[in-house]
Amino acid sequence: MLEIRWHSRAGQGAVTGAKGLADVISTTGKHVQAFAFYGSAKRGAAMTAYNRVDNKVIMNHEKYMEPDYVLVIDPALVFTSDVTINHKESTKYIITTHMSTDELVKAQPKLEGKKVYTVDCITIANETIGRPIPNTPMLGAFMKISGMYEMDFFKESMKRVLGKLPQKIIDANMFAIQRAYDEVK
Amino acid sequence: MAFDKMELKDIEVWDGNFAAAQAMRQSQVDVVAAYPITPSTPIVEGYAKFLADGYIEGEFVMVESEHAAMSACIGAAAAGGRVATATSSQGLALMSETLYQASGMRLPIVLNLVNRALASPLNVNGDHSDMYMIRDSGWIQFDAFCPQEAYDLNLIAFRVSEDHDIRLPAIVNQDGFMTSHTAQGVHTLSDDVAYGFVGEYKPMNDMLDFEHPVTHGVQTEEDWHFEHKARQHNDLMTKVMPKIESVFKDFEKLTGRKYNPVEKYDMDDADVCVVCLGTSVETAREVATEMRAKGIKAGVVGLRVIRPFPFFEIAAALKDVKAIAALDRSSPNGAAGMLFNEISGALFNTDTKALLSGFVYGLGGRDLTKAHLVALFNELQANADAGKVTTKLQQFIGVRGPKLAFL
Repeated sequence: MLEIRWHSRAGQGAVTGAKGLADVISTTGKHVQAFAFYGSAKRGAAMTAYNRVDNKVIMNHEKYMEPDYVLVIDPALVFTSDVTINHKESTKYIITTHMSTDELVKAQPKLEGKKVYTVDCITIANETIGRPIPNTPMLGAFMKISGMYEMDFFKESMKRVLGKLPQKIIDANMFAIQRAYDEVK
Repeated sequence: MAFDKMELKDIEVWDGNFAAAQAMRQSQVDVVAAYPITPSTPIVEGYAKFLADGYIEGEFVMVESEHAAMSACIGAAAAGGRVATATSSQGLALMSETLYQASGMRLPIVLNLVNRALASPLNVNGDHSDMYMIRDSGWIQFDAFCPQEAYDLNLIAFRVSEDHDIRLPAIVNQDGFMTSHTAQGVHTLSDDVAYGFVGEYKPMNDMLDFEHPVTHGVQTEEDWHFEHKARQHNDLMTKVMPKIESVFKDFEKLTGRKYNPVEKYDMDDADVCVVCLGTSVETAREVATEMRAKGIKAGVVGLRVIRPFPFFEIAAALKDVKAIAALDRSSPNGAAGMLFNEISGALFNTDTKALLSGFVYGLGGRDLTKAHLVALFNELQANADAGKVTTKLQQFIGVRGPKLAFL
């Protein structure tokens, strides 16, 4: 069982990102689950989304999770909420920030001694898609750190998931995914 | 008919809401009258979008309340169309008067009830308060534990509800958010196969059949009211379950997916078991398997059909168990829980020696964790070992504050 927790603000696309990832993984024959905590679901409110991936049917519906990966797609959440909750030794963090990994860990001591990777998904999204929607770049970074799929396969799959969007937007998302894959450290 | 078909993958990653909306599209529902409410909104949104995109030949009626939504559904069903809608919580509460009208008028309508807590305090998350509130309303009630089942049970519900021997409305329950907003793999049927299973709608006593005028929604006082109600109850007690079982069989032949009024998991030799509804059934199954690895013979019973209540099936499933926990995701507000009472009633005149304890859990979407269930199975084993219920009969799982226990 692979478990992922997303930290996001409502409107930044964590649910879409989690469901898109689940869709891609499902085509490879694995079983998936994607869900979220909405709270009162106001745009901009901090929220979490989740993925589970397994080789057998996923029957566990508890919300409690000790994630293998924590994906933080808003730079402030690492300070305003506890992204390390229910941490386990092997948990890896991929965090959106304009800072370097060292600077981030100094600024947020809770991350000390943990496996932290950083990438500036907001800037990447702004410069490619033209809007600060950091979900697809985070998936690019996740592909790099997890080594889950080859970039070609992942991008082709994401083209299908994003199928209904205008071609220009799809192309921009592919640039964003590639840039985050290349830039995550 | 003038609508497009949709190409689906064999396995689509859908949440429970979208699965229900797709089943409504494939059933070619003629009329949906709806007043959207969280967490059921995407079901009727989905139908409206499919309609606007030319995938359905039907009508979406926008109304001013849930009371009006069900009233319009009743009108459309009486007129002779395939009818469905969706709601949750407060919406169902406002609908409740018209639910009794629908069942009393013997109108087949499918209602997707995405289970959510009832205020006050206001809460949009999943529990079974709404499901429990209308359990005596004369509707057939199915319960889905995951998105796949929300899809399958919608197709099954139309078949059962519209059968001319049944003609009773049916509710398909799914857990708010835990199913409705949780995307999982769903094995799909093609549009033709799904529609072939549900079948063309065959009206009966429809008001638009002007050659055979009929009256719907009559008044009967003491002269006939009781006979109408008795006949409706009779049909629910004698005709509905056999029909459900035959439709389950047909569905299994078509898809390989087997449904039962009472879903048993590892019950053949179980010493201890949990009885529950919704997503909790699946989580409990996973934990039961883990308990067996630790030497506790654990099983799980989930109710697929809540109304008509599978009285004899549940007694048969539980008769050889030593200790049973009945889990109710609704506050009984001054009584034992619904499942505790129904199971007690089903077992009372049997010679079982099973120990039954009741638990209230998960209100307002409070998480039922695997750790909770491990502790619960261990407690049941302690009861079984002691030969008596070692606690009070009613306890709470997962509530903060001083421990509460009653009865």
